[in-house]
Amino acid sequence: MNKTIIEPSKGWKVVDFDELWRYKDLLYFLTVRGIKARYAQSILGVGWAIIQPLFTTLVFTVVFGGLAKVDSDGMPYILFSYLALWPWNYFSGTLSESANSLVANAGMITKVYFPRLILPLAAIFSKLLDFIISFVVLLILLIYFKVVPGLGIIWLPLLLIQLLMTSLGIGMILSAMAVQYRDIKYALTFIIQLLLYGAPVVYSTTAVPEQYQFLYSLNPMVGVIEGIRAMFLNRPIPWDWIWPGSIVAIIFFVFGLFYFRRMEKVFADVA
Amino acid sequence: MSNTIIKVENLSKRYRIGLQEKKADTLAQQLWTNFKAPIENFKRIKSLGKFEEESDSVHWALKNVSFEVKQGEVLGIIGKNGAGKSTLLKILSKITEPTSGRIEMNGRVAALLEVGTGFHPELTGRENIYMNGTILGMTKKEIDRKLDEIINFSGVEKYVDTPVKFYSSGMRVRLGFSVAAHLEPEILIIDEVLAVGDYEFQQKCLGKMEDVSQKEGRTVLFVSHNMDAISNLCKKSILLNSGALEYIDNTEYVLRKYLALDLNSSNTYIDKSNNEFSKISRIIINTSDPNGFHNYGKELVIEFYIKSIDEIPNATLSFQLIDEKNRAIMHCWLFQSDYFFCNDDGVYKAICKIKSPKLYMGKYFLTAHFGEGKGGKKYQTLEKVCSFEIHMHGIKREFDWAPYACTYLEDFNWYVEKLD
Repeated sequence: MNKTIIEPSKGWKVVDFDELWRYKDLLYFLTVRGIKARYAQSILGVGWAIIQPLFTTLVFTVVFGGLAKVDSDGMPYILFSYLALWPWNYFSGTLSESANSLVANAGMITKVYFPRLILPLAAIFSKLLDFIISFVVLLILLIYFKVVPGLGIIWLPLLLIQLLMTSLGIGMILSAMAVQYRDIKYALTFIIQLLLYGAPVVYSTTAVPEQYQFLYSLNPMVGVIEGIRAMFLNRPIPWDWIWPGSIVAIIFFVFGLFYFRRMEKVFADVA
Repeated sequence: MSNTIIKVENLSKRYRIGLQEKKADTLAQQLWTNFKAPIENFKRIKSLGKFEEESDSVHWALKNVSFEVKQGEVLGIIGKNGAGKSTLLKILSKITEPTSGRIEMNGRVAALLEVGTGFHPELTGRENIYMNGTILGMTKKEIDRKLDEIINFSGVEKYVDTPVKFYSSGMRVRLGFSVAAHLEPEILIIDEVLAVGDYEFQQKCLGKMEDVSQKEGRTVLFVSHNMDAISNLCKKSILLNSGALEYIDNTEYVLRKYLALDLNSSNTYIDKSNNEFSKISRIIINTSDPNGFHNYGKELVIEFYIKSIDEIPNATLSFQLIDEKNRAIMHCWLFQSDYFFCNDDGVYKAICKIKSPKLYMGKYFLTAHFGEGKGGKKYQTLEKVCSFEIHMHGIKREFDWAPYACTYLEDFNWYVEKLD
C-alpha cells in the first residue's frame, strides 16, 4: 500500500522522476491533444507546418538575400536561411507554447494533482511533429540544390539535445513565472522577435566583430544554427561556436528544473 | 481493529486576499498612481505567495484542523461557502500545499473536484476518456481494460467518436463522471460534483458511490450542499466553520448543528430597516408552548403584519415551511382577489390558522414571499427568518418517537380482520 504524506515543503528540491514516469501516459495524451487541437478544423492541417517556414524563408531570401545582399557564406541564401529557420522555428514555437502552458491549463492545475512539469513537456513534444515535417522539407531542398551532408551529421543528435534543453530550460522558467506574472505572455511575443536577430538566422556569424564573438556564442541557439548549417553543407564543425552555448543550455536546463519545482507549490494558489 | 487510513494533524492554510486600493482625489494624483502602478503591482503580485508578517490581507482558510478517517468510512464535509471545505479537499488531493500541519494517507488517492478535467472540445469522446483518465492518474492500460465499461456507464455510446464540442453539457458530465467512477483508488475525494447532471444520472452516481464505499470498502470524503445525499451516504461528518473544525460526529447531529449555525431561531421576525417600502414588517409564529415549541397536531397560528405604502395590484403573500434538510414541506398563500389587503396604504394584519399541522417532530423554518402576484413585481423574499420546533410530548406510542423517521405524519386508521 502506498503511503502519502502531505506537508509544507521547503527550499530547493529535485524533480521526482519516478512520479514523472508514472504519469508518462498523461504526457503522451497531452502531446497528442496538443497536436490534434492545433490543426483541428483547418483545411491544410499540418500543411501549415510546411507553409509557415517556407514562406518565411522566401521572404528572408528576397529581403535579406536579394535586396540587402546579406553575406550567406557562399551558400544559396534560401538554403542558408532555411537551415537556420528549421531549428529557430522550433525554438520560438516551443518557447511561447511552453511558457503559456501553465496559464492555458490553469483550470486543470486548480482541479487535479499531477506533476506540473508534464504541461511544458507536452508543449515541447507536441511541437516535434512540426519539426519533423519541416525536416522533410529540408531534405527536399537539399536534393534540389544537390547538397550532400558530410560525416559531421552524426553530431546532429547532440545539437538537437542542446536545442531541446534550451527550449525546455527557458520554457520551464518562463512558464513558472508566467503563472504569477502575466506580463511574460505579452513580453514574450516581441522578445522572440528580437531574439531572432541575436542568432545567425538572417546573417552569417562572420558579420559578428571578433571581440564580441565569445559573448555572442553564449547564446545556445548560435551554436545550434551554426552547427546544423555546417553539418548539412559538409563544412568543418564550428566547435568554438558551439561549446559555450552548450554550457549555457545545460545551466538553463538544470536551473529550470529546480526553479520549476520550487515554484510548483504556489501554482494552484496564484493561477 | 479498524485502521486509520487518513490522519490530518493541525492542518492550516493561509491565503493572501486583495485589499481595497487607495483612491486618488485629483487627476494629478491619479496620473501619478497610474505611473507608479507597475511597481505597486509587482509588490502585490510578488507577495501573493509570501507571508513575512501577519497583516489584514492574510486570510486563514483553514486553521488547526485535525481529524482521522477509518478505512471504509464515508465522511461528509459540511460547511457554508467559504468555510474551508474546498481548501481542505485541495490540500488532501495535493493540488495545493498546506501552510502548516501534516496529513498521512495510506493508499492511492483520487480526487474528483470537477467532472471531465482536461476535456478538449476538439477531441472525440473516446480520446477524452483517455485524456481525463490519465489526468486522474490512470494508466493507458487500465483505461484500455475498462473502456467498454466506461462508455456503457456514460450512456453516450452512439457519440463516443464525435468531438466533445458537439455534446450537450449533460453528456459531457456523464462522460466525465463515468471515467471518474471507474477509478480504483483506496481513498476517493469528491467535491460538489453531483450538483450537475439530471436527476436520473445523479441517482446513478449516488448508487455508484454507495457501491464504492459499502461493497468495495473504499474510503470516501464527500462535500455536498445536498443534505439528502450527505445523510444518505455518510454516517459520520465534520462541520467546518470559518476554517475551523467545529464538530465531528454522526451525520444527523452534525447536520443539525450546521443548520442551526446562524439561522434565526426565534419564532418572530421584526423588520428593523428604516426604508419606506411596502413590506412585511412583522411575523409571529404562535406556538402551542413557549419558546417556539409546538406540540404535534395542535393548531398553529401565524400572524403577518404588512405595511403598504400604496395600492398594490394583485398583492400576494405566501409562505413556506422549510425542514432541516432545506426542503419546503408546506406552502400557504393569500391573494388580494380572495381577501382585501394592501388595496390602499396602511398596515394590514393577516392571520393564517393551520388547524392540525401534520408536521412531524423537528425544526421548521419559515420563508415568506411578498409581491404583486403572477407576472408582477416581487417585493420581498424573507428566507428562513423565523422558526419553531415540533415535539411529540404527550402523544403516546409503544415505541419512542425516532427523530427523522419522517417529515409528514398523517392521521391514519387501520381496519384489520382475521381471515380464515
